[in-house]
Amino acid sequence: MTLRNLLLPSLSIVAVAAFADLAQAQVKIACVSELSGPGATVGINFRNGANLAIDEINAAGGLLGQKIEMNCADSQTNPGVARGLVQKALDANPYAVLGPVYSGSIKVTAQLTSESGVTNVIGGEAAELTQMGLKTLIRTSFGQQISMPKLAAYMADDLKAKNVAVIWVNNDFGKGGRDGITKELKARGVTISADISTEAAQVDFAADVAKLKQAEVDAVFIYLHEEESARILKEIQKQGIKKPLIGETTLLNQKVIELAGDAANGVRGHVGLTADAPIPSIEAYRHKFMAKYNYVPDHNSMKGYLGIYTIKAGTQKMGKLDPKGLTAALKGLSVKAADEPGMLMDVSIDQNGDLDRIGFLAEVQNGTTVITKTLPALKP
Amino acid sequence: MSTFSTLIVGGLATGAIYAVVAIGFALLWQASQTINFAQGEFVMLPAFFALIAMGMGAPYWLAALVTIGMSVVILGAMFKQMLVDPMIKHGVLPMAIATMALAIFMKESVKDLYSAEAYPFPSLVPDRNLAILGANISLQHIGIIVTAIGAIIGLTLLLERTSIGRQMQATAQNPTVARLLGIPVERMILLTFVINAVLVSIASLLVTPIYLAKFSSGETLGLAAFIAAIIGGFNQLRGAIIGGFLLGVVDNLAAAYISTQYRSAVPLFILIAVILFRPHGIAGRKEERTV
Amino acid sequence: MIALLRSRPAACALAIGVACILLFLPLTLSRFGNYMLAMWAVMTIAAMGLNLTLGYAGQVSLAQGAFVGIGAYATAIMTVNGWPLYAPLLLTVALCFAIGWLLGYPALRVQHHYLAFVTLSFATLAYLVFRNEEWLTKGTYGIFGIPRPTLFGVSLKHHLNFYYFSLAWLVICAGLMLWLVNSPWGRAFTALRENPARAQSLGVDTRRYTLMAFAIGSTMGGVAGVLYAPLVEFIDPNPFGLPLSFSLLLMVIVGGSGYFLGPALGALIAVLLPEWLRDYTQGYYLIAYALLVMVLLIYSPSGILGWVERRTADARTRRASLARQAAVPTYDAGSAS
Repeated sequence: MTLRNLLLPSLSIVAVAAFADLAQAQVKIACVSELSGPGATVGINFRNGANLAIDEINAAGGLLGQKIEMNCADSQTNPGVARGLVQKALDANPYAVLGPVYSGSIKVTAQLTSESGVTNVIGGEAAELTQMGLKTLIRTSFGQQISMPKLAAYMADDLKAKNVAVIWVNNDFGKGGRDGITKELKARGVTISADISTEAAQVDFAADVAKLKQAEVDAVFIYLHEEESARILKEIQKQGIKKPLIGETTLLNQKVIELAGDAANGVRGHVGLTADAPIPSIEAYRHKFMAKYNYVPDHNSMKGYLGIYTIKAGTQKMGKLDPKGLTAALKGLSVKAADEPGMLMDVSIDQNGDLDRIGFLAEVQNGTTVITKTLPALKP
Repeated sequence: MSTFSTLIVGGLATGAIYAVVAIGFALLWQASQTINFAQGEFVMLPAFFALIAMGMGAPYWLAALVTIGMSVVILGAMFKQMLVDPMIKHGVLPMAIATMALAIFMKESVKDLYSAEAYPFPSLVPDRNLAILGANISLQHIGIIVTAIGAIIGLTLLLERTSIGRQMQATAQNPTVARLLGIPVERMILLTFVINAVLVSIASLLVTPIYLAKFSSGETLGLAAFIAAIIGGFNQLRGAIIGGFLLGVVDNLAAAYISTQYRSAVPLFILIAVILFRPHGIAGRKEERTV
Repeated sequence: MIALLRSRPAACALAIGVACILLFLPLTLSRFGNYMLAMWAVMTIAAMGLNLTLGYAGQVSLAQGAFVGIGAYATAIMTVNGWPLYAPLLLTVALCFAIGWLLGYPALRVQHHYLAFVTLSFATLAYLVFRNEEWLTKGTYGIFGIPRPTLFGVSLKHHLNFYYFSLAWLVICAGLMLWLVNSPWGRAFTALRENPARAQSLGVDTRRYTLMAFAIGSTMGGVAGVLYAPLVEFIDPNPFGLPLSFSLLLMVIVGGSGYFLGPALGALIAVLLPEWLRDYTQGYYLIAYALLVMVLLIYSPSGILGWVERRTADARTRRASLARQAAVPTYDAGSAS
């Protein structure tokens, strides 16, 4: 222990000196995201969105006059690795931590950020994340506990569906959505007549759609990743099923429409965050993203982008760079897109770190997503 | 009935792809005792050659030729010269591990240097459906089955009807005797790697319209081909073909009639049953190499 | 290798040096550094088990990751429900040994390399069970809040304490291994790998010993899992899929299969090298890692320790031939001209 007692103070003096030196010039934001493994596409979009926001902020003079510096570390979509990296990030005293996106990783990393009091802006949507008593979590999108009730109400009230089939991808993302919608539908007296689990990266959906065909349902809820969504839509068209197809965000993504072609026409659903929304700020975002990265952004890239602007908004409210005060500044914060265009839409953050903002009901018509209804924020 | 035939045809189409990839697997094993864990990535990569060629303005046929050419050089000759040759005398495992590393290398390179997104890929066969026996069957699936069977027949003819093919078989069965008989064993092994490269690039052009061009699309395919090759019997091409089709069909039937959550378990039970009751694979020969 | 270590003072000094590094280096490291070192110790235990199966008994197992998963799940489920850590440890040892034995039995009945295929199937099945049997494993949600144990009144919550706890387990497992491979059993394992037919003719019950090696090796994978769960404090099915089994196999081969210290070096490469590469390769660390592994295997297919042994053997031959040359100079000079 004596060695440690000798070493630690001297090390921390060095660390503090180094940090103080750097802090003159830049704000350090640590990012941990899924850059390889099954979540790579999601995580890379998240990082790209965040980097775009940082470039914009830095070009405009930085955060309270200081440049933002962010290194994004790859969690390999593995909670064990993510935990190590968030530990590493916290060892370097960051201003805030951005990521990860996968809920499993967040459950372990948020514990660490919460213990050290560092604000953690996440991309995860699982309902329970903000209900585990972790003090420093802030979301960038709706949790499933907010999006699923809206969707269930739409199916039960607008479509008058009595029997619904649920098709989901059997992973962290899909299972959460499946459990969320099942609970909400049952609460509204709707029966789940078919409950079909699929694999991530599945290619052949003949069997799943055949099951769907046998089930007597009024509507089909599809909760898969983009590529699998496109494949199942094609298979549904092939097997000639003519039921309302309902989805949440991913199913109405431009990528799905591009891949599925006319099989995507008629798909409806709720979209929490979409780069296809006919809102000038989002259209501008889409434009900037495509100019920088040369592909169409998805909602995960918007989470990364919004994550950085959320940190900016909280900092500006405080008027100083105080890592300990950032979470408090963010909770209860309401930002108007008119004041901070980077937030894209008006948003308010509650005491759990959950968001409230507008959402959309949309339908795919002739190969484009058309917003049919804008759902107001819960507390406008 | 229509459901059933949809399942079977879909399964056969998937199985045809597994079969083509599994044949390559079995070929490499026979020629050089290589277990190629990067075989799935070998199918993923050629699609990107084609995308790059088409991005530079090449028409499809030219891009396809470029793809096959690049694959022969990189996935055939370079793979053999740089990775297999130095390790061929040191047993199966180090090389298997090296191909695992190669799989990571290929996936990460495509992801970091090209993109992590999935790209649509043009198909030779139009994306239309055909009504046969009351079931809607995709023209793409039929195209895949036909092309795969064509490739398999072509390969079988090459191996059994030509002098080169017989020399390759002799090399695979007993390299020492083959060498004594004056067969250029080294060149025959190289040829096997080239054939594998051609097979995977054909498979790539066939499946990418459905699988999409994405860095990770080889993961499931490689494992499926590996399992198909074991079920059929590693040392027989016929076995790899049967294993491939069986796997594709069983997967669909299992998902439809047993359990979607455990769909990938059913082929594994078949694998275990095969090992217990026909340990050298469904169509495999018995291997006597223990002593 | 063991003989090598015993016979040479230099090697002894090396061992003491390594022990000092393992004991004192962590004091200077950050929380992250200690977490990664603990991860290295845990993975080394699992790889050591596989080394017994593969390196000493010559059987390929593609399910070591699944056994780590079984240990981790047993620990997570039981400790979250208030059991002390030794309960899941005992259960894991019993369970993994039994499963190992049962799995190996049919595979070895037919032909020895079929164990690889059976274990491949088992690894995939185990993953599906972890994911699908939600009543037991909480499925894809994972198990959260796995407590770190308290040992002799000392809480292992602190990163440094947990590292020493993992290191202690590594030492215990390594000691058991050392005893095992030097016992008559261990020699039977080696005889089996070198020449199964000869071993059989000498009266070694090959099947029983092979099963034993596989079952013990699997059990060590389970023990690694018992440590993994409280180390990460969260588990879900994904880390225990086939990639972990492949990665453990990589550790054994890269370190040097059949060498006692091989797994420790292999885990160094597979666990710590990528982390180290992150800081120098601007996001291309996995490409660099894969490339390094390939180059290493091309350069020395028998792994790091295989290379070391060849070097020392070469040096010995060279010394010996130099000595011979010195002894008969006229003959050599005559033949040269």
